[in-house]
Amino acid sequence: MRVEFRLSGSGGQGLLLAGIVLAEAAIREGKNAVQTQSYGPEARGGSSKAEVVISESDIDYPKATDPDFLLALTQEAYSTYGPLMGKGLIIIDSSVETDPDIRARTVCLPILETAATKVGKKVVANIVALGVLGGLSGVASAATLADAVRERVPKGTEELNVKALEAGLALAASSK
Amino acid sequence: MPEIKNTSRKIVKLMQGNEACTIGALAAGLDFYAGYPITPSTEIAEICAEELPKVGGRFIQMEDEIGSIAAIIGASLTGRKTMTATSGPGFSLMQELIGYAALCEIPIVIVNVMRVGPSTGMPTSTAQGDVMQARWGTHGDHPIIALAPGNVRECFDLTLRAFDLAEKYRVPVIVLTDEVIGHMREKVELPEPRSIHPLKRKAPSSRAGYKPYAADPEGGVPLMAPFGEGYRWHVTGLYHDESGFPTQKPAVADTLIRRLQKKVDLNVDDICEYASESLDDCEVAVVSFGSSAMSALSAVRRARTEGIKAGFLRLKTLWPFPEKVVASLGSHAKRVIVAEMNLGQVALEVERIIGTTSGGRSKVERLGKVNGELFHPEEVFNAIRGNT
Repeated sequence: MRVEFRLSGSGGQGLLLAGIVLAEAAIREGKNAVQTQSYGPEARGGSSKAEVVISESDIDYPKATDPDFLLALTQEAYSTYGPLMGKGLIIIDSSVETDPDIRARTVCLPILETAATKVGKKVVANIVALGVLGGLSGVASAATLADAVRERVPKGTEELNVKALEAGLALAASSK
Repeated sequence: MPEIKNTSRKIVKLMQGNEACTIGALAAGLDFYAGYPITPSTEIAEICAEELPKVGGRFIQMEDEIGSIAAIIGASLTGRKTMTATSGPGFSLMQELIGYAALCEIPIVIVNVMRVGPSTGMPTSTAQGDVMQARWGTHGDHPIIALAPGNVRECFDLTLRAFDLAEKYRVPVIVLTDEVIGHMREKVELPEPRSIHPLKRKAPSSRAGYKPYAADPEGGVPLMAPFGEGYRWHVTGLYHDESGFPTQKPAVADTLIRRLQKKVDLNVDDICEYASESLDDCEVAVVSFGSSAMSALSAVRRARTEGIKAGFLRLKTLWPFPEKVVASLGSHAKRVIVAEMNLGQVALEVERIIGTTSGGRSKVERLGKVNGELFHPEEVFNAIRGNT
């Protein structure tokens, strides 16, 4: 089965890395995964989007066509990609205001706040979000996600990021 | 970065297209890289800067793309395996010296990770607009080879092959990828390094009477002596005779340029590669390459499940153009759709070939996209169904 993820927010939030880790975890569990990205010419602050497609079989088209999960960390990302959602689930940060015209199922979770207060560093919001996506989708086990995080994050930040991942997994569990 | 030398273990990894391209080059024996970073090719320079010193190679960041290609031409003359990587604006700057390498028969590999042009365009967005530039960007008739990987694994395979073709025919070889292929990460299994046997440049055996531009009776390509090993020869962008010195003699000039062109023309079957699916009984064929071909394949597969006799042809070699396989489409496909992220560059070739071989039985349709985004499979599917 093909599972599609779209991770959206602003440049510098680390969503590309979150997408890479998600794909890495899927591969570690023997699945196929493709990760693509789109971003503006700005180094940070512009809009940023990463997509991950995970499947047991061959993946011919690498981009998300009808995402099963949309993560939107900013208002702009939510209003750009929310209206395109069909069957999938929207996950937004608590700071994002919901729009009644966006009909897809939506969960609202304190991702940015959890990173800043519970984990203690704002910059790991991407890995908290990864935990949420991993927990809600079940595409990889918590242990595999943690291994993939350790492999892909900057050296010396492994434990901080694993803590962020666990906080994200807990958020996912609380929202089910 | 995985270690690629001295190991028998296969590498299975989530890998980016640009990374696979670089690992392919290293597997081919790349030992000299000069370049100027540009989105979306920069990862190639970054990885070369990190990896080449570990294997005794050299990395130089040059002042611009003209300097970059000049440096790899010079290094190739000394026997190094050389590469540079760039994107549209840099590729434009390199054109003059691509012609120099073609005329002087200096093996080099240029990776062009295409982005939206002309000019600065949209640096982070994808396009396939440099197909004709790869063929005709430099002035004058000249031989050229251009390969187009269609996935991350092929970035490895075709960059490796680019080096072999450059050495075998002594022509510049261009690897044409694009932002999507270059930046996409996917699960890749690479061959065991021990199973890879890159081609060695054929060298002359004697300094006495060495003629640097005399065609070798076997294969028609002159034997290339590395500078620094005692051979004396002259390299010039002027037309030259077999000794390498300039000439204006019409007969010598004619012989030279025709010989250069024949190195590619007589070896089209050796150089051209393609991939296909469901072509045998197809009524609608979709021709594509690179990242567009991923959308095209998805659309063709869907069409088949809906009972439409669609077929898929993906060109892995763009230059020389794979005429035979394209001509074969005209024998049974009533419609040939060319899906590409430009306004009809490959379509021009397909129209020429189908027009002259199908006797009007087959019609070519252009499906171009130039807004910086990859085709959605639905767009190609709608074209197959005939309601664009």
